[in-house]
Amino acid sequence: MRPETTASEQRRDERAGKAGVPWFLVRRFVPVGVLVLLAVLPYTSLRIPVLFERPLNAPGSVHLIAICLVFGGLALSYDLMFGRTGMLSFGHALYFAAGGYATAILLDQTQWPLWMVALVAVLGSTVLALLLGSVALRTKGIAFAMVTLAFAQIGAIAVSRNPGRITGGEEGLSLDGHRLPDALVGVVNTVNLYWLALAFVAVVAFIVHRIDDAPAGRVLAAVRDDDRRVDVLGLSPYRYRLLAFVISGALAAVGGVVYVLLIGGANPGLTASDLTLSLLVMVVLGGPGTRWGPLAGGVVFAYLDHRLTAVGSSDAVERLPSVLSGPLSEPLFILGVVFILAVYFFPGGLAGLTQRLGPLRRLLPGK
Amino acid sequence: MSTFLLLLLTGLGLAGLYFLVASGLSLVFGLADVLNFAHGLFLSVGAYATWWAATSLPGAGSEGFGFVLAVAFGVAAGAVVASIVELVLIRPLYKRTIAQVLVTVGLSLAGVALLQAIWGADARPFPRPAWASRVTVIGDASVPNSSLLLAVAAAVVLAGLLAFLRFTRVGLVIRAGVEDRSMVTALGIDVRKAFTLVFALGGAAAALAGILAGVQFSVVSPGQGTSLLIFGFIVVVIGGMGSITGTAWAAAAVGLLQQFVNYYASGLGDICVVALLAVVLLVRPQGLAGVAGGAHA
Repeated sequence: MRPETTASEQRRDERAGKAGVPWFLVRRFVPVGVLVLLAVLPYTSLRIPVLFERPLNAPGSVHLIAICLVFGGLALSYDLMFGRTGMLSFGHALYFAAGGYATAILLDQTQWPLWMVALVAVLGSTVLALLLGSVALRTKGIAFAMVTLAFAQIGAIAVSRNPGRITGGEEGLSLDGHRLPDALVGVVNTVNLYWLALAFVAVVAFIVHRIDDAPAGRVLAAVRDDDRRVDVLGLSPYRYRLLAFVISGALAAVGGVVYVLLIGGANPGLTASDLTLSLLVMVVLGGPGTRWGPLAGGVVFAYLDHRLTAVGSSDAVERLPSVLSGPLSEPLFILGVVFILAVYFFPGGLAGLTQRLGPLRRLLPGK
Repeated sequence: MSTFLLLLLTGLGLAGLYFLVASGLSLVFGLADVLNFAHGLFLSVGAYATWWAATSLPGAGSEGFGFVLAVAFGVAAGAVVASIVELVLIRPLYKRTIAQVLVTVGLSLAGVALLQAIWGADARPFPRPAWASRVTVIGDASVPNSSLLLAVAAAVVLAGLLAFLRFTRVGLVIRAGVEDRSMVTALGIDVRKAFTLVFALGGAAAALAGILAGVQFSVVSPGQGTSLLIFGFIVVVIGGMGSITGTAWAAAAVGLLQQFVNYYASGLGDICVVALLAVVLLVRPQGLAGVAGGAHA
C-alpha cells in the first residue's frame, strides 16, 4: 500500500502514460492488487528476516499483521474527521471501545448469535456517536478537542468502575470460545480473523474513498478550509461535521468488534486516552488528508509499537548502559520522540515523503 | 450537618487541586492559544522532583523545613521544565496552533514513558509530613489536613495570580495580550517574552498541584498527571478560557459537585461533571466567564 498525493500522482501519471498504461487504471487497480496479495499472504511461507521472526504464514505473524491492519483501518476512520474535515477529536477511541466492549458484554450476558451481537454493538455505538457528537460539535477547534476528551474519559471511568460487574474492571473481559462460531476460535483459525481484519480495512478504505470522491467529500474539505464560506453557500457546516463524526465513529465501532474478536477479549486499554493520542500520532505520521497515508501510518505505528517492545527487552538493548536501555525499552518514548521530530521536519508524514524524495529520484540514472 | 461540612471542605480541597491544574492551562491558552497536553507532564515532574529531593537532596526531607525545601525544589523543577518546553519546542511553531498541540501530545506520551522508564510504572509512596495524614476538627467535622492544605494553597495562588495580573507591568501586558495580542505587538511590546513567563508560572502551579496531589493520595505514579489533566481541561472549558476568575469559579463548581454526588452515589460524580460540561456548552458555549469571540483575564 503506497501512499500517494495529488502532486506526485500527476508526475507518475505522466511517467505511466509514457509507458503506455494510463495512470487512472494503475490507480484503480493497484489497491485491488495489494488487497489480493494481502488476502493470499497467509498461504506463503516466505521469511522476511528482520521484520518478522517467523514465516509469514505462522499464526504469530498473521496475528501481528491482522492487528496492524485493524489499527490502519481505525487510523483511516479517524482521518475522515481529522485530516479530511479538520476536526481535532481526542475521543475517537471511545467509539472503538464502545464497539469492542458492547460485543464482549453482549456475548457474555446474552445468548444472541455473533452477527446480531456485532450489529447491535455497531448500531449502539453509532447512536452514541450521534448523541455525543451533536453536543460536542457546539464547540469548535481546541474546545472541541477538550470536550471529546472529557467524553472519552467518562468511557474510561465507566469501564474501570465496573458497574454491575459487567465490564470486568481492570482485568477486562475475555470472550468465551463456546459463544463464538468454530471458525473464529483457536490458533489454527487465526487466518480467518486475519481475513476479517483485512475485510474491515477494505470496507473502511472503500467508504472513506467513496466519500472523498463524492460531492459530500468536497463539502467536508471546504468545511475544513473555510467553514464560513460553506455557511454562506447555504450549507450547514454543523451537519457535515456531524456526518463525518458519526460515520467515523461507526467505522471505529466496527473496528472495535473486529479487534475484540482478534485479541479474544476487551481490556481497559481500549478506553485509555493514550489510544486516542496514538491515533493522532498514526495519522500525522502517515500524512493527514491523503488517500493512503493514514492507513499506512496506522499499520506502521502498530507494528513499531509491537516490535519495539520486543526489541526493548532483547539482549542487545539490555547490554546498553541503563541511561539508554531504560528509555529504549519504552515504545511510547521512541514513538513520541519520532512524532515530535515528524511534526517539525516531515509535516506531510509518510505520504509527503514520496514528494520529498522526488528530486533525489530524478538524480538517479535511468529515471 | 457534620457530613455537609466535611463534604464542603473536602470538595473545596478537590476544587483547589483542579484550580492549580487549570490556572496554568487557562493562562497559556488565553495568551498563546496553545492547548498544552504536556501540562500533565509538568504535574508529574513536580511530584517526582519533590519525591527525589525528599529522599536524596541533602537538607530536604519529608518533615518541617526539609519538606518545604523539597516542595520548593519540585515547583522550581516544574517551572524550569515548562520554560524549556516553551523555548525549545513551542516557540519555533509560533502561530501554527495544530502543530503546537501535536508537539505537546508527543511530549506528553514520550515524557510519561520516560518517567516510567526511569522510575517504573508502579506507584511509589510519596514522602509526606505526618501532619498531612491527620485530621483537623472544624465544627463537628474531622477534615483531612491534606484537603485543607490544597484549598489554602489554591487560595494563595489565586490571590497571588490576581495581584500579579492586576498590579504589575508584566501582568498588564499579559492581560492586554489575552484581550488582543496583535494590538500589543503593534505597540512595540514583545508578547513572546510574556509567553515564556506564563508557561513558567503555569508549570510552577502545575508542579505544585502534582506535589499536593501526591500528599493527598500519598502515592506518585507516572500517569497521575494525565488523569488529573482531563479534569483540568473540563474546568478550563467550563470557566471560559483565559479567565483566571472564571477558572476559579468553575473549579469550585466541579470540585463540590463531584464530592457531593460521589458521597451519595459512588462513581456518579465524574459523570455529573461531564454532564455539567455538556449543559454549559449547550447554554453558554463560550464558558462561564468567556465573552463571545474571545476571552479576558
